[in-house]
Amino acid sequence: MQFMLLFSRQGKLRLQKWYVPLSDTQKKKISREVIQMVLARKPKMCSFLEWRDLKIVYKRYASLYFCCAVEDQENELITLEIIHRYVELLDKYFGSVCELDIIFNFEKAYYILDEFILGGEAQETSKKNVLKAIEQADMLQEEAETPRSVLEEIGLT
Amino acid sequence: MPAVSKGDGMRGLAVFISDIRNCKSKEAEIKRINKELANIRSKFKGDKALDGYSKKKYVCKLLFIFLLGHDIDFGHMEAVNLLSSNKYTEKQIGYLFISVLVNSNSELIRLINNAIKNDLSSRNPTFMCLALHCIANVGSREMAEAFAGEIPRILVAGDTMDSVKQSAALCLLRLYKTSPDLVLMGEWTSRVVHLLNDQHMGVVTAAISLITCLSQKNPDEFKTCVSLAVSRLSRIVSSASTDLQDYTYYFVPAPWLSCKLLRLLQCYPPPEDGAVKGRLVECLETILNKAQEPPKSKKVQHSNAKNAILFEAISLIIHYDSEPNLLVRACNQLGQFLQHRETNLRYLALESMCTLASSEFSHEAVKTHIETVINALKTERDVSVRQRAADLLYAMCDRSNAKQIVAEMLSYLETADYSIREEMVLKVAILAEKYAVDYSWYVDTILNLIRIAGDYVSEEVWYRVIQIVINRDDVQGYAAKTVFEALQAPACHENMVKVGGYILGEFGNLIAGDPRSSPLVQFNLLHSKFHLCSVPTRALLLSAYIKFINLFPETKSTIQEVLRSDSQIRNSDVELQQRAVEYLKLSSIASTDVLATVLEEMPPFPERESSILAKLKKKKGPGAVSVNELEEGKREGGELNGGGGERGGDNSTIAASNASTPSPSADLLGLRTGPQVSAAPPSAGSLLVDVFSEAGVNDDGFLRDLEPPTESSDSLLAEGPGDSDSAPPSAVSEDAAPPLPESNELLNKFVCKNNGVLFENQLLQIGIKSEYRQNLGRMYLFYGNKTSVQFVTFTTTVSCPGELQSQLNVQAKPVEPLIEGGAQVQQVINIECLGDFCEAPLLNIKFRYGGALQNLSLKLPVTINKFFQPTEMASHDFFQRWKQLSQPQQEAQKIFKASHAMDTEVIKAKLLGLGMALLENVDPNPENFVCAGVIQTKAQQVGSLLRLEPNAQAQMYRLTLRSSKDTVSKRLCELLAEQF
Repeated sequence: MQFMLLFSRQGKLRLQKWYVPLSDTQKKKISREVIQMVLARKPKMCSFLEWRDLKIVYKRYASLYFCCAVEDQENELITLEIIHRYVELLDKYFGSVCELDIIFNFEKAYYILDEFILGGEAQETSKKNVLKAIEQADMLQEEAETPRSVLEEIGLT
Repeated sequence: MPAVSKGDGMRGLAVFISDIRNCKSKEAEIKRINKELANIRSKFKGDKALDGYSKKKYVCKLLFIFLLGHDIDFGHMEAVNLLSSNKYTEKQIGYLFISVLVNSNSELIRLINNAIKNDLSSRNPTFMCLALHCIANVGSREMAEAFAGEIPRILVAGDTMDSVKQSAALCLLRLYKTSPDLVLMGEWTSRVVHLLNDQHMGVVTAAISLITCLSQKNPDEFKTCVSLAVSRLSRIVSSASTDLQDYTYYFVPAPWLSCKLLRLLQCYPPPEDGAVKGRLVECLETILNKAQEPPKSKKVQHSNAKNAILFEAISLIIHYDSEPNLLVRACNQLGQFLQHRETNLRYLALESMCTLASSEFSHEAVKTHIETVINALKTERDVSVRQRAADLLYAMCDRSNAKQIVAEMLSYLETADYSIREEMVLKVAILAEKYAVDYSWYVDTILNLIRIAGDYVSEEVWYRVIQIVINRDDVQGYAAKTVFEALQAPACHENMVKVGGYILGEFGNLIAGDPRSSPLVQFNLLHSKFHLCSVPTRALLLSAYIKFINLFPETKSTIQEVLRSDSQIRNSDVELQQRAVEYLKLSSIASTDVLATVLEEMPPFPERESSILAKLKKKKGPGAVSVNELEEGKREGGELNGGGGERGGDNSTIAASNASTPSPSADLLGLRTGPQVSAAPPSAGSLLVDVFSEAGVNDDGFLRDLEPPTESSDSLLAEGPGDSDSAPPSAVSEDAAPPLPESNELLNKFVCKNNGVLFENQLLQIGIKSEYRQNLGRMYLFYGNKTSVQFVTFTTTVSCPGELQSQLNVQAKPVEPLIEGGAQVQQVINIECLGDFCEAPLLNIKFRYGGALQNLSLKLPVTINKFFQPTEMASHDFFQRWKQLSQPQQEAQKIFKASHAMDTEVIKAKLLGLGMALLENVDPNPENFVCAGVIQTKAQQVGSLLRLEPNAQAQMYRLTLRSSKDTVSKRLCELLAEQF
């Protein structure tokens, strides 16, 4: 896989993961182009698109589009299920996930993705194992929690 | 499951995110962000040391701002500090920031690598995984240098945790992809292959991606993986859906792993060991059988996972291309999918069948689905599916069904989507030629093509029909008659006029016996189209007229009169005028014998590869023909071109392809020799070059062939595009160095000027002189040796990375390999701008100085503004056009601080150097500057307007660019903002 993008129906990018080295300008250009192309598709159309020498595989979940670009010889259907598994992981972790969860906890969305896919390839396809890894990390996080100032509690710093 | 209460994270971050979300406008958002940036900056710079938590929070905010699309230029150091925190969440945020915002700052890379090294040796699996994820996400060469030796050890060590192994495998894969030379598997190979036997399915899943990639590059070293993969696959395929527990996905056992195993097997030929092969065939049969079983779930995930494996198995069956039974079963299975209600499955079935069509075992089976596919072409609602259907029709076409398929494609063309018309036209043209049994059908087809989709008929297509008609005397009469009839239509496409003009000029005599198509009637018919045609077509028609004078002396006076008319002999177009004058003289001075010799019928074209095929080959993609198939088609269809002829190899296509790309040669030559060159616009010249190329006319002056052939001394055509790569002797084989860090700055120096010193260090000085005209440019590079010792094996390479390849055509002449101490050598580089572009070509220089290799790369200062043509216009026009370019993406704007004194004259000089016209008295505010210009690329012209508003008080500028193309506005704005 070369990159994965999550974006809203309004074309706002919510998560971007690049597995090939590209400059920031290229990334912005590509995202713009891909988002535009996918948003222009009608509901019943097929989930695969040829784009440059890659294939775009996308699926819409509620208000969010999940979109992967894979090399020409990659398997489209299994990529579609990669997307679904990631959605399942997010859903399980956040408890019926919605766009806002991903906006406010974007760092978590990235961590979950890293546990599932690394360097563009599936690292661990078992839902249980991925969630276990994230849970362990969260345990470490809780132990490390320290008391905070009052100002911080109300979010003013 | 930990509850994700929104408060457990960073409250301040959440507040900031909601603030941003509540911003009503882009401006408000930017304001809020700037406020936050200022706050964070002051915290980072403050005297009070920040605690880890605050640091983490601010780094996370910066990350959020960056992901919103804003630039971040600080905070890297704080993020690196977080890496060495012993609190997990701080470390995690640090790593995330580094992964997303890598900075090639070498100082930092060293620090980052140190932190990673510590975590890798911490023996804490969670920390190790974080470090490995970071390496896999960044994957830079520096990281490969630091860790490529260590990671294989972690991967195969007996005491490594499974989760760490998984990360290590994919981390290594990423490093192998970026720096294959640094990842040496050697001693580890066999242990890595044996990870396929690992107990933990997750480890196998991760490892197999690595093994597949390594096998593609070193198949022999990894070939033991075949039998391991087969047995693993066999165990999965035969397992019950519950055996694999959490690796079962919607009742399908281990779909990802299965697909990857099948993909790995596609790196190898069928197993030689009979037992292994038997087991594999059994697996494939089981997979095909399972496709027929009733689904275990109604969920689309179940069927997707199951079919993903099925399609991968079919790919393997096609790859082996040796099991007729499996191939036919695969074809039948895909046939069922062709009518499935899931669009995705129809799409994939069409795509997969396309490859099946090329196998001799399944070609016939594929053909049985022709009606379904034709139906798909007509009724599918999604253009990408229709495209697949057209590809499949093309792939399944052979002599038996060619007429039907060509007819269907032609009728589809009438309504086809614009995006695929050109490709369809090429395909129809190729099929018509390849499977033509009688030439009249071929001629009819091509003329229909022109009639239906004339705009999409490229030059290659109509050149080809002319070549074929000229080479086949049995079709010439029919062709003449048919074009004559086609030209009767009141409105016919210009391409039809071209073909008609050429064919009647050559073979009009074959139908002149019929009073309805007598010479004069033919001439009048052609001439009635003349005034509606473009210059190149008119030039062609003039040539047809002179041929008429030769063929039919009775038309001489009529035609001479036409040639003599002011609109011809004084035509403002040089090419047309020259032809009219020369032809008129030729017809009145030359005797009939001379005339007949000069205008003799065209000799047959030598056999050459169809230029249409060459063009389609360039249009890559499934359904485009494979090279093998082309060769085959040639053998089969060879008789069309007189059969059995030796094909001239690649050279034979050069004339055609050069002619169709207005070659840089003619114009660049003109650039050098000054204004004396009379050449017509390249398009006019090139048309003739092709049509007449075989007859010996090899320059744009038409009658040049009457003169003895001369060596065209400085013809740039002589050195083909590839030459610059191969020219320097392979003196130095090291990879090119990455561009110098200052190369962007150097590039900026040349945006508004064309000459100067590009680069200088203690050894070498590089000077530049360049000139541009329209979409062409020529650059002289002067390499000066500043030392007293000679440079040897001096080589330079110019490359266009990535997309730029299709946007710029850059040809560098070879340079002297030896530069004496104190001497200077010169190199000429020719540049053609094909489309608008953002990047700059790279110049790599390698040489040895006192035995040491010097290797440096720079950016050649070729920027899009070099191709500007200034456009003068009045105030009214300017603002009218300004308004026309009012779509938001057409505008790019930057507000920036002046970095030089704001001197009006200097600003003016820079704007003029930019290449646009500086318009006076246009802007109501006399302080402002406005400019207009058109960028000339081969593909299109891009009009651009500029407005620069200085604010002397604030020492700021506001720069606004509007162009018909968004990428151009943006690029110009970036370039210019650095200039003032």
